[in-house]
Amino acid sequence: MRTDVTKITETSPYAELTEGLKIYAGGTSKKFHTGEWRTSRPIMNWEKCKQCLLCAPVCPDSSIPVADGKRGNFEMDYCKGCGICASVCPFGAIEMKEGQ
Amino acid sequence: MNSRTIEMRWHGRGGQGAKTAALLLADVAFKTGKQVQGFPEYGPERMGAPITAFNRVSDHKIRVHSHIYTPDFVVVVDDTLLESVDVTSGLKADGAIIINTSRSKEEILPLLKGYKGGVYTIDARKISIAALGKYYPNSPMLATAVAVSGVMDTEEFLDEMQASFQHKFASKPEVVEGNMMALKMALEEVTRKQQEVA
Amino acid sequence: MSIKERMSGNEAVSYAIKQINPDVMPAFPITPSTEIPQMVSGYVANGEIDTEFIAVESEHSAMSAAVGASAAGARTLTATSSCGLALMWEVLHIAASNRLPIALALVNRTLSGPININCDHSDSMGARDSGWIQIYAENNQEAYDNFIQAYRIAENKEVLLPVMICQDGFITSHAVENIELLEDEKVKAFVGEYEPEDFLLNPGKPMAVGPYAVTGYGMEAKKNQEIAMENSRSVILDVAREFAALTGRKYGYFEEYHLEDAEYAMLIIGSAAGTAKDAVDELRKTGKKVGILKLRVFRPFPGKEIAQALKNVKAVAVMDRSESYRGGGGPLGVEVGSALFMERVHIEAVNYIYGLAGRDFTVENAIEVFSEMEAMVTEGREVPQYQYVGLRK
Repeated sequence: MRTDVTKITETSPYAELTEGLKIYAGGTSKKFHTGEWRTSRPIMNWEKCKQCLLCAPVCPDSSIPVADGKRGNFEMDYCKGCGICASVCPFGAIEMKEGQ
Repeated sequence: MNSRTIEMRWHGRGGQGAKTAALLLADVAFKTGKQVQGFPEYGPERMGAPITAFNRVSDHKIRVHSHIYTPDFVVVVDDTLLESVDVTSGLKADGAIIINTSRSKEEILPLLKGYKGGVYTIDARKISIAALGKYYPNSPMLATAVAVSGVMDTEEFLDEMQASFQHKFASKPEVVEGNMMALKMALEEVTRKQQEVA
Repeated sequence: MSIKERMSGNEAVSYAIKQINPDVMPAFPITPSTEIPQMVSGYVANGEIDTEFIAVESEHSAMSAAVGASAAGARTLTATSSCGLALMWEVLHIAASNRLPIALALVNRTLSGPININCDHSDSMGARDSGWIQIYAENNQEAYDNFIQAYRIAENKEVLLPVMICQDGFITSHAVENIELLEDEKVKAFVGEYEPEDFLLNPGKPMAVGPYAVTGYGMEAKKNQEIAMENSRSVILDVAREFAALTGRKYGYFEEYHLEDAEYAMLIIGSAAGTAKDAVDELRKTGKKVGILKLRVFRPFPGKEIAQALKNVKAVAVMDRSESYRGGGGPLGVEVGSALFMERVHIEAVNYIYGLAGRDFTVENAIEVFSEMEAMVTEGREVPQYQYVGLRK
């Protein structure tokens, strides 16, 4: 019963769910925008950032993209504003601000 | 040869091979076309602790899965058990008990609580040492059990055991000869004793 | 031509495993099932099969590794007994709810305490609501035959549930008996190759197994799992029919022995059924109309069929080889009683507990039970509806 995961919702009757609720797709978390949960947001001060990259691995939602050894801007679709990045930054380069 | 189910109970001590002997008997009876059961009763298994094993041999399918309380035959692999275990319990009067001992039948009889059936003593140690140079009571006890119980023809038994030993001791042919000798010596001794009784 | 052999129940199941050559076997040894992983690892070491044997550190790990292997797409099994099954408890439910067709060779042994290594059904009965199919054997032949049918049932696309193949510890697991084996190629053809439609180690078709389900999904998932168990009913019978065509040995949810015209019936599971059959033969010689219903499939529970098979008897003795400590009977007693009520079959029923912790069950015990049934009906003797047989009083 390989069902298109996008067609399953909380209104689907039981007969339309997969056996064992198996999910027949990869990377489905991309479809889930945890950014909607945010009540405060991280603000980057690029002047203070030394590109030490301590922030990227601690982000629970992989919202800090890294390319060519450097971190980029936050992916706000997924950043839920938890503030862990701001806590670990040794240089005070990330500040949390109230609001979406 | 009997068409009903023959039931046999083995008494030994952990490590002496009573369970193995029961399984061997099942094995050889199976090879002569019988329906068989061979199973041990497990207690707190330790070397030297008294253990019991059972055999059923029949021409018909065996369905019963209980222990054996009224055996046709009892085999005692270690005569020191006679003082501590009620080996003749339920043993049928028209059956027999076989005891591995160096003592005489007359010395053993008082320990059998007045059992009226056949009593056979066999010195498996003496036979084993003579035939194998070591003490393995299994082969002589098995041969005696076969001869006394009549579960199968003794010639057929020897043929099957020869094949079985050759398979089991393929890399040690000298052991085959010793074990066969132990079987034959036991058969001779028990046949002599059977004739004395007759 | 079948192969006539003699072997113990553990040997028989190990031999079936060898003939099936499954992909993965994680196992942890526990008496009296230890010989099964021991023999299978021997086959692996000798190069007779290419099963991946995983020596794990506990039964919880064994079942966890089995879940992982099965989800990855491997035909998987394990073996255990007693406290080993209890330690798997949490993961048994994971295997069933993730719809993984794992086979478990269970050698029934009592649960502690008191600590004891011998047979009763408290281990598998404790796991009766874990979502596993449960099939029981009277003897070595049935343990072998049931194991060969296991994957055909479990892997059926309408089922996809794990299956427990149970046999009585020591009584059959360590007893050498006659057995008829199938040739390797017949077993291979019957069981077939495992070709799951979806599995984790399939890079072209990514998937996830065992996701968190919010309340909006959980109940529907459980209903679907229940439907799978219902679906297994017809699959179990279909597979049995195919097996009978191959071997001549017939299986169903249960076996009826002289039940057709019986006035007094005994409903019993496992090796004691053979003993009870001998009791029936003895009683029939004296003109007593007695019979046996030997239950083979306990999950799914064939309640309707049992009730129909018993509807013409005057009384039934429901024999439980485990105590459920509900203060009034064993698990089989409850389920059979419920089935009789739901099917409006109004007969006398007495729930007997027997054989706990390896207590021997004899032909005489079975005769005693039948006599009590008869006295209850014909003489109006007061018989407690829940009692022990073979208990020292």
